[in-house]
Amino acid sequence: MRQSTENDTIAAIATALSPSGIGIVRVSGPEAFSIAAKVFAGGDVSSYDSHTVHYGHIVNPSDGRVIDEVMLLVMKAPRTYTREDTVEIDCHGGVLVTKRVLEAVLAAGARLAEPGEFTRRAYLNGRIDLSQAEAVAGVISAKNDLALRNSERQLQGRVRREISELRAEILREIAQIEATLDDPEHLSFDGFDETITRQTAEQQRRIRRLIDTADDGRMISEGIRTVIVGRPNAGKSSLLNALLGEDRAIVTDVPGTTRDTLTEEVRMRGITLLLVDTAGIRATDDAVERIGVERARAAAAEADLILYVADGSTMLDENDRAILAACAGKPMIALLNKSDLPTVTTAEELAKALGGLAEATGDTKAAHSEAFAPIAISAKTGEGLEALEERITGMFFSERIKADDECVITSERHKQALIAASESLARVAESIDAGMSEDFYTIDLTAAYEALGTILGEEPDEDVINAIFAEFCLGK
Amino acid sequence: MKSVPEYLCETYDVAVIGAGHAGCEAALACARLGLETIVFMVSADTIALMPCNPNIGGTSKGHLVRELDALGGEMGRNIDKTYIQSKMLNRSKGPAVHSLRAQADKQRYTASMRRVMENTDHLTLKQAEVTDLLWEELPDGTKQVTGVKIASGGIFPCRAAVLCSGVYLNARCIYGEVSQYTGPNGLPRATKLTDSLVAAGLQVLRFKTGTPARIDGRTIDYTKMEVQTGDEPVVPFSFENRPEDIAREQAVCYLAYTNEKTHEIIRENIDRSPLFSGDIQGTGPRYCPSIEDKVVRFPDKERHQIFIEPEGEYTNEMYLAGLSSSLPEEVQIRMYRSIRGLENAKIVRNAYAIEYDCLNATQLKPTLECKFIHGFFSAGQANGSSGYEEAAAQGLIAGINAARLLRGEEPVVIDRSQGYIGVLIDDLVTKETKEPYRMMTSRAEYRLLLRQDNADLRLTEIGHEVGLISDERYEKFLEKKAAIDAELARLNATILGANERVNEYLRCINTAVIHTGTSLAELLRRPEMTYEMLAPLDPERAELDTSVIEQVEIETKYEGYIERQRIQVEHFRKLEKKRLPEDLDYNLIPSLRLEARQKLSKLRPENVGQASRISGVSPADISVLLVWLANSSRTQRKETEGADV
Repeated sequence: MRQSTENDTIAAIATALSPSGIGIVRVSGPEAFSIAAKVFAGGDVSSYDSHTVHYGHIVNPSDGRVIDEVMLLVMKAPRTYTREDTVEIDCHGGVLVTKRVLEAVLAAGARLAEPGEFTRRAYLNGRIDLSQAEAVAGVISAKNDLALRNSERQLQGRVRREISELRAEILREIAQIEATLDDPEHLSFDGFDETITRQTAEQQRRIRRLIDTADDGRMISEGIRTVIVGRPNAGKSSLLNALLGEDRAIVTDVPGTTRDTLTEEVRMRGITLLLVDTAGIRATDDAVERIGVERARAAAAEADLILYVADGSTMLDENDRAILAACAGKPMIALLNKSDLPTVTTAEELAKALGGLAEATGDTKAAHSEAFAPIAISAKTGEGLEALEERITGMFFSERIKADDECVITSERHKQALIAASESLARVAESIDAGMSEDFYTIDLTAAYEALGTILGEEPDEDVINAIFAEFCLGK
Repeated sequence: MKSVPEYLCETYDVAVIGAGHAGCEAALACARLGLETIVFMVSADTIALMPCNPNIGGTSKGHLVRELDALGGEMGRNIDKTYIQSKMLNRSKGPAVHSLRAQADKQRYTASMRRVMENTDHLTLKQAEVTDLLWEELPDGTKQVTGVKIASGGIFPCRAAVLCSGVYLNARCIYGEVSQYTGPNGLPRATKLTDSLVAAGLQVLRFKTGTPARIDGRTIDYTKMEVQTGDEPVVPFSFENRPEDIAREQAVCYLAYTNEKTHEIIRENIDRSPLFSGDIQGTGPRYCPSIEDKVVRFPDKERHQIFIEPEGEYTNEMYLAGLSSSLPEEVQIRMYRSIRGLENAKIVRNAYAIEYDCLNATQLKPTLECKFIHGFFSAGQANGSSGYEEAAAQGLIAGINAARLLRGEEPVVIDRSQGYIGVLIDDLVTKETKEPYRMMTSRAEYRLLLRQDNADLRLTEIGHEVGLISDERYEKFLEKKAAIDAELARLNATILGANERVNEYLRCINTAVIHTGTSLAELLRRPEMTYEMLAPLDPERAELDTSVIEQVEIETKYEGYIERQRIQVEHFRKLEKKRLPEDLDYNLIPSLRLEARQKLSKLRPENVGQASRISGVSPADISVLLVWLANSSRTQRKETEGADV
């Protein structure tokens, strides 16, 4: 068993005190079981298996009088919240009685826990990391559902990635300045002011967008991350090209320096699709290409919307089913391509295959809805693309697809850090305007870098840590 | 082999092993603080020898020398006495990166330092090779220095020893296929001490460095090169000196360039360089690379700079800065002669690489005392640094702390926010240097506060407190400080009315007019404005020393930046103040990652800040340590409270 960093046993009431509810007294630490044994009448606590529930009574250890009828949960380290031996006592007698149960536990040798101490122990014992601890704090204080959902997913996914990217960029700028200061013979500042002016402006814009989500909960992504999947030769690349057609597409290449994949932007009817060009989509004509199930799986995990392309001029095969299975559970539009060729697989057959899949995943409603019906298209002639557009916009406005709903900044601390970073970047621009020499830029670049770091937990700061644990109420 | 009989010699407080730049500072600091000190050297003629470049200072190294001077070291005064050209580098950049560099007359530099050493009370000079560090084991398993032994068998009992062995331990000089088992310049090397250090439990590394050739000045055609002159007037290194005190006629240096032909010769013979053939195992400095390294690393670069610098006024020898090499001499001469102006060059001394033993400096505390041998200090290239200035700075700190240890006083540690010296030592003892460590501007986080111009303001207080800065000098320093503060206050309090007389002058000097009352400080903050330009608007101003005006100008003009950097320093200090208990068992904190637990257990940092700079310790580990510390202090508090009841 792992050794705990604590040597005493703590206890507290873990539930909100309301007259009607069940009250839980939580006890954690090396003496949790022996303390429970002193107050629990109903069986031999030391003989209980881990993670079992026992009925009995809590008695006052000094006079043996019964306080309450309870359920006793016994959990042995390390499979507990704190990674210590833990006992939870579910009391039934209301506020006063719960308090008296706690008093009995304290009288039996436990110490009253401080706010956040259970979580601090969980953290110190390696059970959770700091951002999870912060998320726990967020869950506790969250006032509404949205905020709750966000603290649960705090800094997962794109916000974390976005901030990490910004930081990496700023660090590169700092490194470039410092390297040039130290090696003026081989490096130069020629053109550096223009570059850094552009970069910091762009960084400020990106940070501003994150801050905006904190102000009004707006989504940060400019678009719906859309991935095209399908077996080789189904026509994925033709579809991509058709969607990117010059008459309607605005194509921007974001070089792979910051992201693994190229993302191309397509606007349709006021909505922006971010077509994620997973490596090789354009090379699907290559016969040796692997079936692409793994790629579909990976892409699907990232996507807001999947466009699944089936080849209507051939039979559906195992590959199609495997790809569909990999994308299960994601908003998807099925396309029956090559409507310009003789039909082998019909829309009905494809719908049936899809329906079977949806049923298999338990989504029976979706399976039979009109919205799930395949759209026949010809990427080659452009037939059916109108219908696809309609379907996408319909899905978006009925909120069946959403872009980045987890990317909202809800923590006031994070918002303040973003504001600080943005202000520091603004100062870099001021320094450039004022004609300061490059070595001055690093002061504010570093400040921006550190401010962003406090969001990711990359800049250890005692105040932040104290603030995180201070947000806890008793018993957590 | 016959063993040399031992005999007992006189007892000293401190023995300093080596009289290079580190050894001189260490020995002078100890002796000046009243400790009986003996310094050993392989040759009494080579005290404070400059076996490589003929200059002191340079980018960020100049900062070290000025800081050393503020603390009471000797290097700044010695170069002021013996310089032949002086220049403030990077003047086009901000004040943070201005750096002072002076060409030295090598012979006079050595002779002058030798006179200072010889005339210092409590200091004994002895030419001898130290072969053994003597120690006894203490009950707790640590060791205590008891003396040193020299090659003749003489034993000198002492309570502290400072290792300043430079590049002399098991040194080997290499060029091409030639190996010579000597120290630099053909001086004798020290072959026994490494074994004794290893026997004492110290981990030893093998590092490599190199030096370029010296050319007979009569064979150089300077007309084909750019002339590099010194500043007029010069800025002295020592805060004791005023520019006029050390004014003198200055020598010139020259700038030449390699070319494609040079690079071709190097590339054709690269396999004959011991650096690339594998004959040299020691790790070389990435930031002071040989010309072979540069050509390989920057293949697109058409030319590299070479500064041609005099070795002194006593000689024709010229130093080829930027051309450090270990190629065979025959290749070297072809390489030099491919350079414009060196077509007929004759080599006096060829370039060579040198390999040597040094300590893994993470075995030292920030005081430069060994973590497990009480009274054993180490400084300079023996700690894996490179450069005279880096060596001298460490020597001074090691000397001060050896003296304070013996006097029962608290050690002196300069932290990263107080000086480049702090950055240097913290990096050495924390970061497991894998190659010779060179001071660089980028290594200092708080550059704008750690300027070369304010080294006295940052460190004189400490130097005085230690006892190396005289009361007289300290008084002068306090006067300067007061003058700066008073002038800053006056500039902020003096408001100019927005009248036509003022605005006419402002227009005349091409700056915006004012519309409301404006302080002199506000006007000075304008990028185009200088203190001097304000003179006509400021008839009340007193005659001030240029060094005072410089501070007033910088503090005013860069006030916002300085303030923001101060905030960063406050943040930094918070973690530095979190001391880690000496007996902390990191294995009892399961949430630390395994690598962090191992590194922390091995390096035993003094505080959380130092821990955060250990490679392999992540920010998440630091957060864990902070929470753990908060928790344990809470527990302790509770226990104390419990005891009271």
